[in-house]
Amino acid sequence: MTDEPTARPAHREHDAPAAGTDVRERGADIADRDDRIGGPSAPAGAATATAEAPASVVPGGYRAHEASIDFSSQLGTVATQDEAELLTINMGPHHPATHGVLRLLTTLEGEVVRDVKPIVGYLHTGIEKTCEDKAYWKAIPLVERMDYLAYYFNAMAYCGAVEDLLECEVPKRAQYLRVIHLELNRIMSHLVWLGTTALDIGAMSILWYSFRERETILDLFEYSSGQRMHTRYFQIGGVAEDIPGGWEQSLRRFVREMPKRLDQYSAMLTRNEIFLSRMKHTGVAPAATLQAKGVTGPLLRAAGVPWDLRKAMPYSSYDDFDFQVPVGTEGDNYDRYLVRMAEMRESVRIIEQAIDGLPEGPWITTDRKVALPPRHELATSMEALIHHFKLVTEGMRVPAGEAYHAIEGPRGELGCFVRSDGSSKPARVHMRDSSFINLQALEDMCRGGYIADMIATLACLDPLLGGIDR
Amino acid sequence: MPDVEALERLGRLISADDPGVLVATTHRPRRAEIEVRPDAVVDVLERMRSEGYAMLMSVHGVDYHPEPRRFGVVYELLSLRNRDRISVKVRVDDADPRVPSVTPAWPTADFQEREVYDMFGVVFDGHPDLRRILMPEDYIGHPQRRDFPIGGEPVIFTESEPDHPGWWK
Repeated sequence: MTDEPTARPAHREHDAPAAGTDVRERGADIADRDDRIGGPSAPAGAATATAEAPASVVPGGYRAHEASIDFSSQLGTVATQDEAELLTINMGPHHPATHGVLRLLTTLEGEVVRDVKPIVGYLHTGIEKTCEDKAYWKAIPLVERMDYLAYYFNAMAYCGAVEDLLECEVPKRAQYLRVIHLELNRIMSHLVWLGTTALDIGAMSILWYSFRERETILDLFEYSSGQRMHTRYFQIGGVAEDIPGGWEQSLRRFVREMPKRLDQYSAMLTRNEIFLSRMKHTGVAPAATLQAKGVTGPLLRAAGVPWDLRKAMPYSSYDDFDFQVPVGTEGDNYDRYLVRMAEMRESVRIIEQAIDGLPEGPWITTDRKVALPPRHELATSMEALIHHFKLVTEGMRVPAGEAYHAIEGPRGELGCFVRSDGSSKPARVHMRDSSFINLQALEDMCRGGYIADMIATLACLDPLLGGIDR
Repeated sequence: MPDVEALERLGRLISADDPGVLVATTHRPRRAEIEVRPDAVVDVLERMRSEGYAMLMSVHGVDYHPEPRRFGVVYELLSLRNRDRISVKVRVDDADPRVPSVTPAWPTADFQEREVYDMFGVVFDGHPDLRRILMPEDYIGHPQRRDFPIGGEPVIFTESEPDHPGWWK
């Protein structure tokens, strides 16, 4: 594409005033040029939006033409304050503040939100259907990709459901290793939440800081499992591999460092005036409404309901650890922020206790029908070779039945329903994804508030579209 | 999870007025489940709510193809007070899969019943807004059914190529 040479000398934007010939909006030149190529010429002498520019420069450009249009005959009168004019707009599916491909059909009256209808499904990938065609252990990497910031949690819910069906006991060391990784994942997920929420509100620097700590956690994941994300570290019956040498030291360094970092985030945000005015008293919904809509996790705890499955119905040895369940009082966005910040501190405490008390022993069940035999046995034991062959080719056979295993994910109750028909493939895998359920309460949180507060509320809801659409 | 006696008591409780309501109770080491007649599910869940199971945590659709009474809908109930879980299940026939909607009484079931409708084609009578939720609105079929093909391309070898004419199109 060749540029048509213009009569005026080319100049950079910042020396336009010095040149003194014309101060025009950026892009007006392009519009003019395009207009000259093929557009209709505007009426001569029309009042222009760029009136301060000499008329000779605008020989009837696009903007001149635009300014001459009489909108009053086309749009009718603008509604006054007392006439309720409702405007329904689409927010999304491509919108930087919707945290993924979420479409919000929003009805506004002025700037006040009167109705929100979330429309989902743009990211539906049929993971649950695909799982039905995989052996049990091959479905783990698939379910990990549902809620892509909580992969350890997805794997834990799924493995827990299959372990319920198998009635398989997980060794203590594996339970502790699971707890360490789950809590690291919780911090990682909350860090992403913190960075993106602050970004939505206009605080950009916190994103870089929170992603710095997130990288440290991802390095730990890479160290223990070989992958930064979607690690496939949890196995049915335990974990894939014992932690490597030196990992503990890296973890301890992180545990020492993280509370200081959290103090730094708090110093930036907790008493920040802009942050407070955006978060305080916005997005409030009563706890009873949230419970009726099935909301769980930090959102419910911020409204004052101390419900945490780690405390209430402990799994994976969570009852061994001393930690507290932070709750809010008012249930506004600020409480949601405080609860999540406090949760990260509690997670650090849990990790510290788990690594201190990490028991010795196997890291995966010794049941040869469930877990692969150790490699060295294959050379000497025919039984081990047979089991290895059967597990790798066909996979384990799981007794017929159904199981629902629920854990406390970073966004609330994350449950996995698995139905087995006795074969080596699950007959149904269904994830009760907390984002999917929590999203139903968005309407209650946003109705009657300003649309700017809806952005903050949506950010504090922390929806993960990969989990919602699955 | 209630023990066997508690589960039997709950079973007797929901079938006190009409013995036909209770279809079966299942007690496994890590699961307690009550299967009830589909048309009674709203009343049964209400009765369970008065027993303390005040939160409906999840609704799953299940396809038991090729068994009779092919589709199942499972309601996972949670009692915050007793820290206890129980499942209520209904099974409906393939010919006319209809289940009364529990959304008016349990608002959390809204999206989940829509998902079950979308994926399995079970119609929830009385649902305020029963539309597809994950699949496109004009999609034909219900993809989570067991007889719905999973897709994929046939593996072509030299000898099997005549069986798949035009496979490359």
